Amino acid sequence: MGIGSLRLMPSRRRFMQGLAGVAACGTVPAFGASAATRPPYAPRFFNAPQWDFLIAACARLIPADIHGPGALALDVPRFIDMQMQTPYGHGAGWYLAGPFMQGADNLGYQLPYTPRDLYQRGITGMNAHATTRHGRPFAALAPAVQDDLLRAAEQGSLVFDEVPSAVFFEQLLANVMEGAFSDPIHGGNTGLGGWTMLGFPGARADFMDWVDRYGAHYPLGSVSISGERA
Amino acid sequence: MSGDARRLSPVDVVIVGGGWAGSIMAKEMTEAGRSVVMLERGPDRSTAADGAYPASIDELEGNFRYRLFQDLSKNTVTIRNNSQQTALPYRRMAAFLPGEGVGGAGLHWSGVHFRIAPDDLRLRSRVIEKYGRAFIPEGMNLQDYGVTYEELEPFFDKAEKVFGTSGEAYRVNGQVVGRGNVFAPSRSDHFPLPALKDVYTAHIFRKAAEEAGFHPYSLPAANASQQYVNPYGVQMGPCNFCGYCSGYACYMYSKASPNVNILPVLRRHPLFELRSSSHVLKVELDADGRRATGVTYLDADGQECMQPAEIVILAAFQFHNVRLMLLSGIGRPYDPARNEGVVGRNFVYQNVTTSTVWLDRGVETNQFIGAGGGGVAFDDFNSENFDHGPLGFVGGSPVWVNQAGVKPIGAAHVGGPPGTPRWGSAWKAGTIDTYRHSLRIDAHGANMAYRDVYLDLDPTWKDTCGQPLLRMTFDWKDNDIRMNRYVVDRIGDVAKAMDARQVHLVRREFGSPFDTRQYQTTHLGGGAVMGEDPGTSALNRYLQSWDVHNVFVIGANAFPQGTGYNPTGMVAALAYWAAHHIRVTYLAHPGPLAG
Repeated sequence: MGIGSLRLMPSRRRFMQGLAGVAACGTVPAFGASAATRPPYAPRFFNAPQWDFLIAACARLIPADIHGPGALALDVPRFIDMQMQTPYGHGAGWYLAGPFMQGADNLGYQLPYTPRDLYQRGITGMNAHATTRHGRPFAALAPAVQDDLLRAAEQGSLVFDEVPSAVFFEQLLANVMEGAFSDPIHGGNTGLGGWTMLGFPGARADFMDWVDRYGAHYPLGSVSISGERA
Repeated sequence: MSGDARRLSPVDVVIVGGGWAGSIMAKEMTEAGRSVVMLERGPDRSTAADGAYPASIDELEGNFRYRLFQDLSKNTVTIRNNSQQTALPYRRMAAFLPGEGVGGAGLHWSGVHFRIAPDDLRLRSRVIEKYGRAFIPEGMNLQDYGVTYEELEPFFDKAEKVFGTSGEAYRVNGQVVGRGNVFAPSRSDHFPLPALKDVYTAHIFRKAAEEAGFHPYSLPAANASQQYVNPYGVQMGPCNFCGYCSGYACYMYSKASPNVNILPVLRRHPLFELRSSSHVLKVELDADGRRATGVTYLDADGQECMQPAEIVILAAFQFHNVRLMLLSGIGRPYDPARNEGVVGRNFVYQNVTTSTVWLDRGVETNQFIGAGGGGVAFDDFNSENFDHGPLGFVGGSPVWVNQAGVKPIGAAHVGGPPGTPRWGSAWKAGTIDTYRHSLRIDAHGANMAYRDVYLDLDPTWKDTCGQPLLRMTFDWKDNDIRMNRYVVDRIGDVAKAMDARQVHLVRREFGSPFDTRQYQTTHLGGGAVMGEDPGTSALNRYLQSWDVHNVFVIGANAFPQGTGYNPTGMVAALAYWAAHHIRVTYLAHPGPLAG
């Protein structure tokens, strides 16, 4: 697209954005509603209690709010379940040869576990902790209590059997970010909602005509690898 | 070599590694009429297959699943901060990201393409001349390269023409010709292509740096600012600032890579053969260990093969070259207790911190626009461009805005201003604000070499072939931390000249050890360094092993200490320099080129 045709677009884009902004303020629950109208995703890796945990945790890590869609509307749990089927989920590219010994934190990850192992053990640990402390699994707790538990895991102050809570939390948080902001081809970022929220144009990958438009809002919406437009 | 290795037909030259160094050496050796086999342990790769748009524009695969990078499950390193610790395996990609596959990291680098500051080549001599011998801190193994800028200049020029480098010169043949880096030495020619346009953040930085009294210039970029045909006849397209350089094959054919700029010509040369998925185990030596007879490797089928050759060129990544020397018994291993021996000595890194400036919320910084080598830098505090006397440290740091294209998963990890939570609504707000309205400034500093920072073979962990992993013993030292802190204060001066809403200066902290979990840079160096004294260097000034004269070792392993610049331009020039001396002297008179 040339500069000539772009000229007409910024004002229209801002108009549309304005509408979206107004809508977003009033209809936060709508993100969840639109997710509900899609056929439910049947996880292949996570079992039912694990899936409940994942959905509840994702909803807290990226909540739906005035800034844009949350992790559930972006199908982040689906992304994570799909990642568990990939070589990455099975630890491809990680050096997992023994012996295993723990050292200073700054020397990095020293466990024998793949991402699949970390989720299995981490979720078991989180739910066991929630049940012991609060009498119910994580997903059944109030959001504020869930937040406290996630913060405790982040700070490494929960004790699980085999996986330090901070290691599990970092794995989860990293995958949640990936699910919200990677190309929808991987199962998350539904409707390019993550990219639209940030203002990232996606796979356009050609800014020859905008590189010296200093300070100006980029007028074109996000596009995915498969050609989906926001 | 084990008894069942298949002995192959001899060739003139065998090259280990299919990246920039290997491709340059292969081109030069075939030009000299020599038969060449190049062994690359990773898969074959090309821009057409690995850079195809739009499938390649995938941040998850490129920057988070490391599609084009080394497979650590097969081979990695162990790391510790000091020799009292047990080094532990680098099990997941984080602090540095070595490449793998044909083209090496040259396929998916950013493209910042520097020469070197002349003073850096003779830093030990220069520091002693200016400040006296006592100025060198205890334990710092400060050394000269043994080669001068004037000697290397034709090879820097040649590499830039092969790469199609964009930039603006300051001085050509002694005459001031443009608005380039006033601290850069004179060149024999202009850059092949004009500088890339400044992205907005670089434009802001240029103005502010000038206002602060510094001397900004356009970063030299191996991202073509215009269509270009290089001396080998291959064509590059103009960079469109797509923002997918580092971690990706360039779908526009604008970022220089061995795959675009050299290999298309080599692949059809009758004297050249590329064998990918071929993992070299060892350089074989004759009975007295003074001459290499070839290399042993595992081919794509896992068959052990012996490839006889007259010349062996190690051109793998920095630490793989060092490891192969140790595994093969080439050169005396370094002993830190006695500060003797040379293989593993002077292992260095690069000393980088990134600071952030937030602008007014009405200003969009469009950080997704970028070219890997593009941006604006100033060198007022690099190399010996400033008086270190009153400051009391050795080394320096260029400062720059090098907006290579910030993508959304990366932005999510960066998050918001200091104090912002890492998740939840506050994280969302901070991330959106930072992504849309901030800019990032790097202090890209040198790292000096120290007696107790080195490489050797790990006693415990092995690769999938049963060979010991390489062990890194590395930590930051006070000299380098003081340098970083001084230069970051100068970033503060620049930030004051911007219309900043908030500034977050990031400095290296005393007592904070090297952290393998955070990406810093893949600019590792040293370990098999060049020099004029066989007591302190593994290689002579022609990158030839002092001990085994038909082994040449090309790469950043040759740097006696770090520099403030990105290493690829220097590695390419050293490759052309070594190749030149092999061609004009060694081929006719095989033997030591320096004595």
